[in-house]
Amino acid sequence: MNFRLKIWRQPNANTPGKLTDYEVRDISPNTSFLEMLDILNERLLERGEEPIAFDSDCREGICGTCALTVNGEAHGPDHPGAVCELYMRKFSDGATIIIEPFRVGAFPIVKDLVIDRSALDRIVQAGGFISARAGSAPEANSILIPKHNADLAMEAAACIGCGACAAACPNGSAMLFTAAKVSHLSFLPQGHPERESRVLKMVRVMDAEGFGNCTNTYECEAVCPAEISASFIAKLNREYARAALQRSAGE
Amino acid sequence: MIVAITGIILILFVIGHLLGNLQIFIGPDWINGYSQHLRDLGPLLWAIRLFLLTAVIVHIYVTIQLAIENRRARPEAYVDRQYVKATFASRHMVMSGLIVLAFIVYHLAHFTFRKTDPRFALLKPDPLGHYDVYSMMVYGFQNYFVSGFYVLGLFLLTLHLGHGSSSFFQSLGLNDNKLTPRLALGGRVFAWLLFAGYTSIPVAILLGLIKPAQQL
Repeated sequence: MNFRLKIWRQPNANTPGKLTDYEVRDISPNTSFLEMLDILNERLLERGEEPIAFDSDCREGICGTCALTVNGEAHGPDHPGAVCELYMRKFSDGATIIIEPFRVGAFPIVKDLVIDRSALDRIVQAGGFISARAGSAPEANSILIPKHNADLAMEAAACIGCGACAAACPNGSAMLFTAAKVSHLSFLPQGHPERESRVLKMVRVMDAEGFGNCTNTYECEAVCPAEISASFIAKLNREYARAALQRSAGE
Repeated sequence: MIVAITGIILILFVIGHLLGNLQIFIGPDWINGYSQHLRDLGPLLWAIRLFLLTAVIVHIYVTIQLAIENRRARPEAYVDRQYVKATFASRHMVMSGLIVLAFIVYHLAHFTFRKTDPRFALLKPDPLGHYDVYSMMVYGFQNYFVSGFYVLGLFLLTLHLGHGSSSFFQSLGLNDNKLTPRLALGGRVFAWLLFAGYTSIPVAILLGLIKPAQQL
């Protein structure tokens, strides 16, 4: 298969970037999208050109490192799944493919398609943890957790922190990410000691990082590779209202 | 959350306003008596109007602030942008809202303050001594441009509420996985029912089904 590529090239954060045209030939339909970029990079290196910088790690959809906007959709047209799980057979032969980085003000571009997503780490640092007793593991059945809550916590915990939610959101909001992290811990008894302070702190840092606001368009859940439901955002709104009410009542 | 609560207040008003207006189909005595009844509330009517005006101002002020923050959150736009799930209505709430605001200003000048149509001043009280709202609406809507602008304003209100009337459940955390798609559908059905109800009045008048109760 042959493709015409328009790829965002930007030397560093301070220099404006632009789309540059490339062509790749004789690509197997079963090549993954990132392997196709590897092939292009090898050909660029052979010609003595600067290869295209992009992030990837596990290449099996579980690490959340790869982050590309392909033809205007975060992680490309094959939802749900990260861009490493996208295969060239999804495109028609001879197609033109536009590749851009995730565009969110809080994710500054480092180079080409590489972005700095440490804003998400700072949201987690603000409260996405539990205070645990150090020492040997306790008896697993000593804390009982209703099956329904365990399932919901597990669904929320599936978030791989790729930032596609903020990239796809018309408002650049990271509510789905924050909602997944807050919900995951607030459904479980282990997360309850910090339940109120966690949601207040994480939302405050999320706003301070310059993410936008949720207007319930649900574009985030449509592109999420981990299929996190936007109903966790409703859970976040509930948790926030509850915590703010308790805080104002002086607890 | 503030947007959701002020939005609910305004939705409740829109429902009540429609029920009041639909009395035009029952006859002049009903709608003229109803409007007299509202005016007889006196200070209470003004309290309600002030409350609604405050809700409108807060709703607009907060959403404009949110929209500015949202613009700042993505300083560099995508060259290519495809939406998978976000509806047209959900992405253009500010635009549809501002056009609805322009419509409301015209609507108040037209029927509440009666500044746009000099003929309204010539209307005589109805046989029961009430202001003849019935004939005022009929004369007002007999103009195709006026009716056309009302239908356009209502269409944008429908778009706005098609998203807004289900969106507030999410903002207030009053939903879950199963309920959300049903609420989204219910919100759109609700908005189109309002559209059908409101536009039925100018349409009925233009079709000649409702005639003025007095000649000018």
